[in-house]
Formats: sequence, C-alpha cells, structure tokens
Amino acid sequence: MTTSTTSRLTLRTLALAYLVALLAVPVLMILWRTFEPGFGAFWESIRTPAAISAMNLTLLIVAIVVPLNVVFGVTTALALVRGSFRGKGFIEAVVDLPFAVSPVVVGVSLIMLWGVGGWFGGVEHLGFRVIFGLPGMVIATIFVTLPFVVREVEPVLVEIGTEQEQAAATLGASGWQTFWRITLPAMRWGLTYGVVLTIARSLGEFGAVTMVSSNFPGISQTLTLLVNSRYIDDQNTYGAYAAATLLMGLAVVTLLLMTLLDRKRSTT
Amino acid sequence: MITVTGARKDFGTFRALDDVSIEIPSGTLTALLGPSGSGKSTLLRSIAGLESLDAGTVVIAGRDVTRVPPQQRGIGFVFQHYAAFKHMTVRDNVAFGLTIRRRPKAEVRAKVDELLEVVGLEGFQHRYPAQLSGGQRQRMALARALAVDPEVLLLDEPFGALDAKVRADLRRWLRRLHDEVHVTTVLVTHDQEEALDVADTIAVLNRGRIEQIGDPDTLYDAPDNQFVMSFLGSVSSVGGTLVRPHDIVLERPAPDDTRANGPGRVLATIERVVRLGFEVRVELRDADGERFAAEVTRGVAQQLGLVAGEQVWAVAPSHAVRDLPQPPDAGVPADAAEADEVASTAGVGEPARA
Repeated sequence: MTTSTTSRLTLRTLALAYLVALLAVPVLMILWRTFEPGFGAFWESIRTPAAISAMNLTLLIVAIVVPLNVVFGVTTALALVRGSFRGKGFIEAVVDLPFAVSPVVVGVSLIMLWGVGGWFGGVEHLGFRVIFGLPGMVIATIFVTLPFVVREVEPVLVEIGTEQEQAAATLGASGWQTFWRITLPAMRWGLTYGVVLTIARSLGEFGAVTMVSSNFPGISQTLTLLVNSRYIDDQNTYGAYAAATLLMGLAVVTLLLMTLLDRKRSTT
Repeated sequence: MITVTGARKDFGTFRALDDVSIEIPSGTLTALLGPSGSGKSTLLRSIAGLESLDAGTVVIAGRDVTRVPPQQRGIGFVFQHYAAFKHMTVRDNVAFGLTIRRRPKAEVRAKVDELLEVVGLEGFQHRYPAQLSGGQRQRMALARALAVDPEVLLLDEPFGALDAKVRADLRRWLRRLHDEVHVTTVLVTHDQEEALDVADTIAVLNRGRIEQIGDPDTLYDAPDNQFVMSFLGSVSSVGGTLVRPHDIVLERPAPDDTRANGPGRVLATIERVVRLGFEVRVELRDADGERFAAEVTRGVAQQLGLVAGEQVWAVAPSHAVRDLPQPPDAGVPADAAEADEVASTAGVGEPARA
C-alpha cells in the first residue's frame, strides 16, 4: 500500500481525535467533576447508606452471576466444540441472542414471565419474589452476560484440541481428573477474559435490571440504578458523578486483579 | 504381547481397518508402515483404546481390552505433535501419570529424575514445553509415557514433525532406548527408511489391510506382492518386469547384436549418469519412452564407460525377478488420504473420534 505521509498523518489524527472525543473525554470529565471538590466530598458521597447498600447489592449480584456463568459457559462451550448433537446450530444462535436483544426488552419479557399472572408467576404465591426482588435482577444480569464465557472459551478449546486430553487418558487420568488438570488450566486465558467481561457487564447493567427492580434506595438499588436515581430523581448531580466513579473504580480493580492473577499463575 | 484379531473400523463410508489381525511379540519393536489412509494410525489408536473398533478384539498381555478404556489398558502413547501439557513444567509432565496414581512424593521424584536422565533432559525439569525444541519435547513425551511402566509403548508418527537430521538422531536413540528398556513397542510411520532403521518387525498396511508382516530383510528381499515391493525400497520396471535398481545388469550391445527386447531385457538410452558417492545411478529410457533407473558400482560404470546418449542393454537377472501378484483390489481411493488426515488431526474444529 502506498499512502503519502500527509494522508497517513491525517488518518491517524482523525482516529485519535475520534477516540479522545468519544471515550477519553467523557470518562475524564466524570473523574474531574468527582474529584474537583476534593477527595473528602467523594468519600462522603459514597459512604451514605444508600451508596453502601447499592455497592453491596451490585457485588452480590456479581458474586452470584459469575460462578453460574462460569459453570454454564464452560459446559456449553465444551458441548458446542467437542460434542456432535442435533440442534447444535440452534444452540449456537441462542447463545448469541443476548447480543441482539435490547436489555429493556429482556426486562419486559422477564416481568411477563415471572411477574404476577406470568407463566412462572405462581412462584410468588409460594413466597418467592422474583420480579422486584433479588432473583429478578440476577436472572436479568445472567441473561445479558450469558454469551461472554461461552464465546471466550470456545476458540481456546478449538485451539488446544483433544490431544492433550487423550494423552492424559492414556496416562490413567479419569474424565474429571483430565478436566481439572488439563482442560481447565489450558482454557484459563479464555475463561479469565470471559469472567472479566461478565463482571464488567454485570456491574454496568442498567436496562434489564431497572425493569425488574423495585428501585428503593438502600434496599433494591444497584450502583447503576443509584447513579440514575441520584441524577434524575434527586437532582444530586455530584452524587451521581461520585457513584459513577465508584462504579468505574470497581471495574478497573477487576481488570487489574485478573491481570495480576493470570501473570502470577502463568509464571509459577 | 499384543494380539489384534479381525479388527474393523469405519469412519462414515470410509473403511479404515478391514479385518486386520496382527500379533506383536513381547519385547519387540514393530513398525506399522503404510501410506496415508492405510489405517496404520487407526490400528495403533485402536490398540490404545483411543478408537473403538466396530468389530474384532484387542488383547494386551493376555487380557482382552477391547472394551477397556485407555486409562486401564496399561499403555504409553506418544503423539506426533507431542501433546505436551503446556501449562506444566517438564517435571510435572513426566510425573503426571504417577501423580494421578497418587504415588508417594519421594517415589515420583526418584522415578522422574531417573527418566529425565534416560531421555537426556536432566537440567530441563523446570522448563515449560514452550521452552524446549521439538526433539526435546518428544523425548519429554516419551519419558512421560514410560513413567507409568506401560505394558506396551505406542508411538504415532513420533518423529513426523521434526526435521530430517533430528529425526534420524532420535530414531537411533529410540532404538538404543528400546534395547535398554525392552518394552513392547509399536511405531507408526509412513517413512520406509525409518521403519527399516529401527524396527525388528515391519507390518506393511495398505487400504485398511495388512499386506505383509516380517523382518526388514524378508520384506525387502521377498515381498509378497507388488505393493510391498514398491513401498519398501525403490523399484524399476525393465520391460514390465519389476526389479530393484541395484539388481539390474547393464551390458554394452555387441556390434552385430540382433537380440530383441523381451520381459526383463530392454535396449535403453542413457539419459543421465549420476554419481552418488560409492554408487552410480543410471537413468534410462527404453524404446517405448518408459523411464527407469539402474544402480551400479563406480567400478562397473567406469568399466562400461557409461555416457549419456549411448545405448545399453538393461537386464533383470532371473534370480532378482519375482513374479509378484497385485495386491487385492489395488489402487487407492481418492478420498483415502484425506480421511487419514482427518483421523490423525481429529479435534481441531472436527468432532473428536475418540
């Protein structure tokens, strides 16, 4: 390819400007607004009972969703890559569904399914509250994060092939031993990325969760709901910025932890 | 001792093994030799239990293991592409089978140290497979397979992924190792030189059948059919008669020569004379345009004064000519090579067949 220096520089500048304007500026803006009045004000704002409750609820949802997605994701990826069964193509398509469906639609359909009068609405009479309760938020979050682990683990499984597992079998390892000692460690990179994406998405999910949450401050608000209600309902712009920064902070910590963890595991 | 009786295996419409029976005596090194799609890898993987037979039985050391999973067959298996456990050190790789069996730590350590020395990888125990060369990885894989004291050692094209020099070194090393360890060994290869170099016994496979089993000399000197003869060593056709190139006798035509061409005797034009060290290869073309080669010593070549463009009689002496049958239903189906490829690389984007 022959590109003149001028046009190359122009393209680079354009691409950089695009990234700065659309990604960097908004994030920096929030950080600046948050810490403008000093770190004390930020600390104050995220130590209110509503903020603490929102953070705990968000982390609780993550703590429930991640293990479920790991188990389901790894199993599904194994079935899709290694198995040959009828309806494989159908399952491939279903796994991608959350990418295509808007989270709000997910929320609405969950209400229709689990709410009073819905197909599974009967569980509410048994004292198990799904919609406007924690289970609803968990189900909504699982729905939107479902593809991440599957899609990250699948290519890794294809790449590692089956020879290492066959070798383990000839050396006497049972199916479970092979899975724990060979397959799982071999797919750890894919799994790690899948988990990071799942956590990031769980932290940030708003559309589906807002539909199925009763949205009471201090009780059923996640961090994203808190940001929204502070900004819209309470007209507390600064509080919204602070909560948003906390949310970003959690995501960054996740990313750092995963990177450190994996570096440690791959060098020992 | 391994005994396979009446083994049959189909992959879809492709028959990889067609009523194969073979007996491999204890302590020997046997090579399964054949072209792509001949079923040699499938036979080896069936002995290991990595493929299940559609018909027939496998008996290892007196025990019928036909329905026994690979874990309990008492085998060691070495793969063409090493199948190294990439996330484990060399030491952990070699120790894997012993760790699985929950042997005491001291015993594992001693055994691994001993094996690392046998395969020449002392000092590499803390490396990862990615930090080893191909030859080193394969030696690690061998140590790993030997660690569990297998009844039989099965090697699937173990040197196929290595370059020529390393391959030659490693197979001689394997032969010496076998002479020390004496474990019954079966080696799959498509390289006749490799089979002749290392094996006590060679089984030649073609299209899912065993064409002939015997020691290297027998197969080379007394092949049962044309396939075995042409697959093991080079072959020339002198007027339709198959003969080894070094058995061909060249004669200068006499000035008043009136003899006619016949089976095993043709008047041919010398196209090229190639000196290969001690030997001379003479490339010839007969009146029908058929090309073939003869190999003579340098002395003979000088004595006859062989020069390109001249004519010589090429004679297949009767003692060297064998009237060999075609193998049953000769000719390799076009899809055979592909099927073998798939079988040996199963797992990458393909449903596994194990």
